[in-house]
Amino acid sequence: MMRAVRIKGLSLSRGERTLFSGLDLDLESGDAVALLGRNGAGKTSLLRAVAGLLRPQAGTIGFEGSEGRILEAEVARADHLHLAGHHDGLKTARTAWEELLFQTRWTGGSEASARAAVERLELGRLLDLEVRRLSAGQRRRVSLARLLASPRPLWLLDEPMAPLDAAHRAAFGAILAQHLAGGGMVLAAVHDPLPVPARLVEVGA
Amino acid sequence: MRGFGVLFRREFALAWGRGGGPLLALAFYACVVTLLPLAAGRAPERLASLAPGIAWLALALAALLSLERLFERDFEDGALDLLALGPAPLEAVAAAKCLAHWLAAGAPLALAAPIAAVALGASPATMPLLFVCALAGGLAFSFLGGLGAALSLGSKRGGLLVAVIVLPLYAPPVIFGAGALDALAGGLPWTGGLLFLLAYSAAAIALSPLAMAAACRNALD
Repeated sequence: MMRAVRIKGLSLSRGERTLFSGLDLDLESGDAVALLGRNGAGKTSLLRAVAGLLRPQAGTIGFEGSEGRILEAEVARADHLHLAGHHDGLKTARTAWEELLFQTRWTGGSEASARAAVERLELGRLLDLEVRRLSAGQRRRVSLARLLASPRPLWLLDEPMAPLDAAHRAAFGAILAQHLAGGGMVLAAVHDPLPVPARLVEVGA
Repeated sequence: MRGFGVLFRREFALAWGRGGGPLLALAFYACVVTLLPLAAGRAPERLASLAPGIAWLALALAALLSLERLFERDFEDGALDLLALGPAPLEAVAAAKCLAHWLAAGAPLALAAPIAAVALGASPATMPLLFVCALAGGLAFSFLGGLGAALSLGSKRGGLLVAVIVLPLYAPPVIFGAGALDALAGGLPWTGGLLFLLAYSAAAIALSPLAMAAACRNALD
């Protein structure tokens, strides 16, 4: 179980351009951090770097397990974190349930846990529809369902609530609060405030 | 391996369902084989001598066409991020995708290849060998085609680029397979060509996932 993320002196660049440098950020069990910054400041890149998809220019990203033991980065990324980005990775020609079940099993959940997530996010009516027939908000809810269906401690969220309506934003706030209360961590790039108490970190200021 | 089965089932469903799946590849294959007599003339003896070679070459092209977007879709819709963060390493992900493509498109084509060759006038005695060559060569075509698809990720006009990267790599299996078929038709020992083809396929299966994974990581970065 991952208990902490330690980012030290992180610099990221895209092409020739340096996005930010010398970023320090500690995330402990139960912490939520909201990343703020103008468009193109590097919020998404930071999330992708934590997920191991981008190579940092300088600095380190470390993961700790219980009692401060070092967690191998590869293990942490394969088993202990979710990245929910702009692109949901849902195949438009398959049904919502097929895709949700695949994403759940791929990240280590089971069919039963996928059913439970469907209940919680009220996706029942959407399951038989092809993904192409879903609205942006509905697609987002389907892709967020795997956060519940396969429990992992670190959630990296990129504008998670942008397409959601008010009622579902509130419901998602409750899900975030529950995740944090259970010892989880949330690192989210946002423009609107997170619906849970969160530390604000300015990226690329 | 954890996750491999889950991913393989999904990739197979996608490859089978995508735009008609095997039917489309088979239709393309049938078109190429039908065009040959129109282009090369109808003389039966000439067609018969060309038949196994054409059936074999058309197979390589049909495999190539269906492979072009093997990674591109996942790259564009974000699924590649998810696949990179799963329980199996990207090497296994790439292998699962190629294997699923082979089973969904390559294997049906391998069944069709001997039928097409005989329809063009090849001796029915070549059918078993052509089937085995198509099956084994199809594996090499799928894995090497996947390599081209991974290397062309994120580039415009990816389709042409894939062809330019992949066709030279298709040359050895095409030569080995055609050599074996030629030898069989001429009553010569043919096992050498087949063994070379099998060895080439084995090497492609073993090595190309490493390159595909590296290319995907590079594209995601």
